[in-house]
Formats: sequence, structure tokens, C-alpha cells
Amino acid sequence: MRPVLYVLSFLAVMALGFWAYRENYATQSALRDVTDLQNEIGSLRESLSIERAEWAYLNRPDRLRDLATVNFDRLGLLPMVPQQFGEVAQIAFPPAPLVTNLPIEGGEMVSGTLPVAGEQTP
Amino acid sequence: MTRTPLRPLARILNARQKGENPDSIERENLRLRHEVMRDKSRGSAQLRLVVLALSFFGAFTLIGARMGTIAASEPVEPRTASAGTEIDAGRADIVDRNGRILATNMLTHALYVQTRDLIDPARVAKELAAIFPDLDEKTLLRRFTDGRSFLWVRKVLSPEQMQQVHEIGDPGLLFGPREMRLYPNGTLAAHVLGGSSFGAEGVNSAEVIGTAGLEKFEDARLRDPAQAGTPLVTSLDITVQAAVEDVLASGITMMNAKGGAAILMDVNTGEIVALAAGPTFDPNDRPANPTSGDPSDSPLFNRAVQGVYELGSTFKIFAASQAIELGLVTPETLVDANAPMYYGKFKINEFEGHNYGPMLSVSDIIAKSSNVGTAHIAMMIGGERQQAFLKSLGLFDASPVELVEAKGAKPLRPARWPEIVTITAAYGHGISGSPLNLAAAYASIANGGIKVTPTLLKRTEPMQGPRILSKAVALQAVGMMRRVVTEGTASLGDVPGYAVAGKTGTAEKTRKGGGYIKDKVVNTFASVFPANDPKYVLVVTLDEPSENTGSKPRRTAGWTAVPVAAEIIRRAAPLLGLRPQVEAASLDGLVAVKN
Repeated sequence: MRPVLYVLSFLAVMALGFWAYRENYATQSALRDVTDLQNEIGSLRESLSIERAEWAYLNRPDRLRDLATVNFDRLGLLPMVPQQFGEVAQIAFPPAPLVTNLPIEGGEMVSGTLPVAGEQTP
Repeated sequence: MTRTPLRPLARILNARQKGENPDSIERENLRLRHEVMRDKSRGSAQLRLVVLALSFFGAFTLIGARMGTIAASEPVEPRTASAGTEIDAGRADIVDRNGRILATNMLTHALYVQTRDLIDPARVAKELAAIFPDLDEKTLLRRFTDGRSFLWVRKVLSPEQMQQVHEIGDPGLLFGPREMRLYPNGTLAAHVLGGSSFGAEGVNSAEVIGTAGLEKFEDARLRDPAQAGTPLVTSLDITVQAAVEDVLASGITMMNAKGGAAILMDVNTGEIVALAAGPTFDPNDRPANPTSGDPSDSPLFNRAVQGVYELGSTFKIFAASQAIELGLVTPETLVDANAPMYYGKFKINEFEGHNYGPMLSVSDIIAKSSNVGTAHIAMMIGGERQQAFLKSLGLFDASPVELVEAKGAKPLRPARWPEIVTITAAYGHGISGSPLNLAAAYASIANGGIKVTPTLLKRTEPMQGPRILSKAVALQAVGMMRRVVTEGTASLGDVPGYAVAGKTGTAEKTRKGGGYIKDKVVNTFASVFPANDPKYVLVVTLDEPSENTGSKPRRTAGWTAVPVAAEIIRRAAPLLGLRPQVEAASLDGLVAVKN
């Protein structure tokens, strides 16, 4: 009985040692991953702040004004004036939607061929 | 435990038989008992000491060992902590009221040299001088070889310059990371933002410190690491600010002025929506403070806050509204306005020697800007009450706005207040203030009489200040100012749809030695719009303008500051979301815009 116990406990120690070894390396690699991710987050934050600065730089009022002047032919943008405020009543109602699926009463059967595209019909 | 009796009967009897003293037995037993007690208490005391010593030893060992490991090990960041905790070493951004960026940080690099590592100092000096035209090759070479080991070359580099320096390829050239303050909008709101520069510099980082304006006033808040992630929200609106600066700059040019200032303020909250001063500068490349000459000639000079001028007739509305508040007059009361008026040896004249008298109603005094009429109103009020009222409007103290420059711009007023000062102060002579002081005072009237504290930071609630005028009087004052625009001195200031009310002011500049300079004036137009429900106050000040389209130069506010203010309102009011009120947009108007 005793030798069996010895062998079993030896095997248990080996198994635990193996488990501890693997856990150790798994932890270290997880820590390395975390470090990498945090570095990546840091550099992304940095580039985000640069993007925001660039966005603000490209949208600065001076530049937009110059662009509006340069592209006046196409855009026709002018500074906003009080006359551009309107009343809701000034906006036209959208055209009524076309009524489809009317019930057809007293229709006739018509038969024939549809003209082919591009072909002259008399 | 069994207690041994002190006098055991057997031994006592025995001793008596032998003729001994039985007391000695008692003493002996007592001694033995004391010895036992002493031994026992010594033992427990020793035990206590040992336990105490052991616990102290354990505690000191533990602390010592921990200190030792901390001291001996390499410092590392706690890597397992979550990344959500944001501790930003940078300076907080500054944004406008809608979150658009006014100031932010950018990562860049500084260039420094370790001269001992330089391989070929002569070549490095030559190539650096080629990259940076402002560096001199000979000076660089002398600095590389005069024995110093360390040398800063540039505080910030652009990425292209950094690449070029890399390509020199000398191991003595090194880069240090830098957070650089960037103002992406260039000159926009330059006088509000102020500027920043590097404080203490190290190889790995440098601190950014505010040098002027909001950057310096809020320096502690902007540098606080706990708040670095949340931007400082100002009350400015970039769009409105840009429009105001645009119009002001063309106004300064067209009116041949030396400079100017414009302040647009929300009357209910005291928020400054736009604050412009001209000439302006680029905070990214802030010029050095002027060391000689008049500081007010420098573009750094913020005329809106630092410019302490006599604001002239814009003060008349204060006298009129106070007199109505005190029940001395109503807007229709007739007041003596027969010019010129004599007070002792002083003669009080109207503009260009007019005489609007003999009698004028209070409302007409404001509309026509009569000095004499205002003087009579002021004499009714009296000096003490006048001083108290002007003080309650904040015209005696430096403006409490969040700019470092504001503290130094204390309004100038006479130390003594005889009646002649009462008279002249009523029409804004002999008392000076900044345009911002004036804007806050007008806002206090326009919002129905609640004192306004101007601010550059976003507020969400209306002002909770003390009441200085009753609502009815404030309304009447705005009504009188409306007449200035419809039929008085500011007729060019009418903007259809926005019912502008306001008061003009023209003051001659004072000479350094005393006295006034005739052809150098400061023109101010303080306006309120829309008059039926005031929302905003706009103060436009032009420094030494002259309008030269007529036969002779015109230097009154009605000809210079008023048209500029009208144009600002025309441009800014739609941007502020104010809908024109009197006439709805006619179809003709729409067609005209299309064309």
C-alpha cells in the first residue's frame, strides 16, 4: 500500500509542477499582451488627438471661407442673412403620392405585342 | 492551588513547646508566599516582553524587507490594471460652446545634441544650418566644440524636419518627445486664448504653461492631471467669433482705425459669445511682449479688455435710467437742455456747438445725445447716488472675466467726486472703462435689471445677481435706446428684423500730460438686440477711426462704429439662431438673395 501512495504522491507533485509551469508562462504572456494592448491604446489615443487637431485645422473658419469663395461658381455660398429665415407655411407640401391599384371596372382585354426598345412604333 | 496557612497550628504548637517565637514562623511563611508571587509575576512580565519584542521584530522585519524590495527592484507600471483609468499627462483641450476645438496638443519632438557623441561636428553644423535657415553654421560649430556636453537646438520640429535631421545620421543628434500646444484656428480668438510656452524642459518631456489670456488664467485647471481628459468649455461660438472678427477687421480697415474691439454677450447668462480685438496675432507663434513704445500699439494688446478708454455718451443711459428708477423723471419729463451750460468756470457744450434746447424730454436727450440735458439729470441724482449706481454696474472695478489681462485693466475714475465730476461722468468724460465693463453694464440693463458678471466659460443658468434696476425701468431704458437707432444718432445701426437699440459714444483721447487730442477719438457703440426681448449685447469700439468718404473726415460713432456694429448684427444674429421678428421674409427678399 505504501509504495502505491508514494508513486501517487510523486505523480501528483509532477502534475502540479507541470500545471504551475504552464500557468506561469500563460500569465507572463497575458501580461505581455496587456502591455502591447496598452501601448496600442496609447498610440491610438495619440493619433486620435492628432486626427482631431487636423479636423479642427481643416475646418477652421478662415479656410472654409476661402474655399467657399474659390468654389463660388459651384456652391454659390454666401454668409447667412436674416431673410433666409422662413415660416413653416412657406414650405410647399410634398406632392400627393400617385394612387396605384385603382379598382378597374368595366375593363377590356387587349392583346398585342409590346414594342421592342429602340424600334419605331407607328 | 492550595493556600498554605501563615500560622500552621502544628508548627505553632511545636514552637511554643520549644519556647520559640511563633511570629517568626508567620514571617517565614509570609516571605515564602511573597517569593512565590514575585516569581510568578516576573515570569509573566518576561513573557510579555518577549511577545512584544517578537511582534516588534516581526513588524520591523516585514517593513524593512518591503522597503528593501521596493528600493532594489525596477519600477514597473501595474500592468494588470484596467486601461479605463485615464491619467493624461497632457494639458486639457479648450473647446468652444459646441465642442469645437480652440486649443489642443500635438506630439512633436525637440532636437538636442550630445556633443561628445558627435562624430563630425563640422558636417552636422553645416547640414543643420541647411535645414534650419535661422541657424548659423559658425555659431553652431562653436557651440559644438566649446566643451559643453549638452545643447538644445530646436524646441519643436515638424515631421519633415525631423526626417531631414534623421538623414544626417549622426549619433550625437537626439530627439526628445514634446507635447506642443496647437491652436488649429490660427488667429481666431487669439486675444481670448492668449498663448503658451514651454516651462521646465527635460529630455523626455517639457511642461506647457499658459503665458497669457485664458491659458494663463486657467493654467491650474488645464494642467490638473485629474481633469486633463475633460476639455475646458468656453462660452465662445467659433462661427460667431469668426464672423465678428471678419467684420471687425474690415471695419477697422474701412474706417482707417488704429484698432478696434467687439464684444458680443448673452444678457441673461453673462456669457461672452464672441470677443474680438484688432489688430490680432497668431497664438501658435505669439510675438514677444513689446519692450519699448506704447504697449497699446502691439497686436498683443487686447482692446476689448485692456483698453481703458473714456467711453463718452454711452454713459448717458445710466444717468437717465437711474433718474427714472429714483422717480425723479419719466422718459417724457422735460429737462433743461439749453446749451451751452455754465457750471462755475466750466462751460458744457453740445457736439459741434448745437443747441437742442431750451427743453428736451429725457428720451430725446438720449436720442440726440445731449450733454447739457444729461448734466441736469445728473445734478438731480447727485454725486453719491450716482457713484453707488455706477459701482453697482461694475464700472468702478476691473472686469472679473477669466483673462489675466483683465485684472490689470482697472477703470480710471477721479479720486474726489465734486459736482463737476458728477456732471461730466454722466456723459462719460473724466471716467474710463474697458469695452467689457461697458458690455456687462449694458447687459445688466438689457436683461431687466439683474447685475451681470461677464464670463468666458459656458454657463447654463441665467445670472443670479442682485437687482439694480426694476424691470419696468430697464424696459423703458431699452425703449429709449431703441429711439437712438430709429430717429437719433445711430440711424445707420438699424438692422431690419432685429430691432437694434443702442447708444453711441465718442470721446477724444487724452494726452499723456493732460488735456484732449482733437482728432484722435475713441468711438463706441453699445447696442442691445432685439429691443422687444433683449437677448444679446454688442459693444463695438474703434480706436482713432475716421470716415473719409465725405468732404471732411467724420469721427463720430454714428458714422464709424455704428455701421460696423450693424454689419456684425446682420451677420451674427442669424448664426445665433435669432429669427428676424418684425417682417417675415418677403418673397422679393428671397429672390434678391438668389440673384
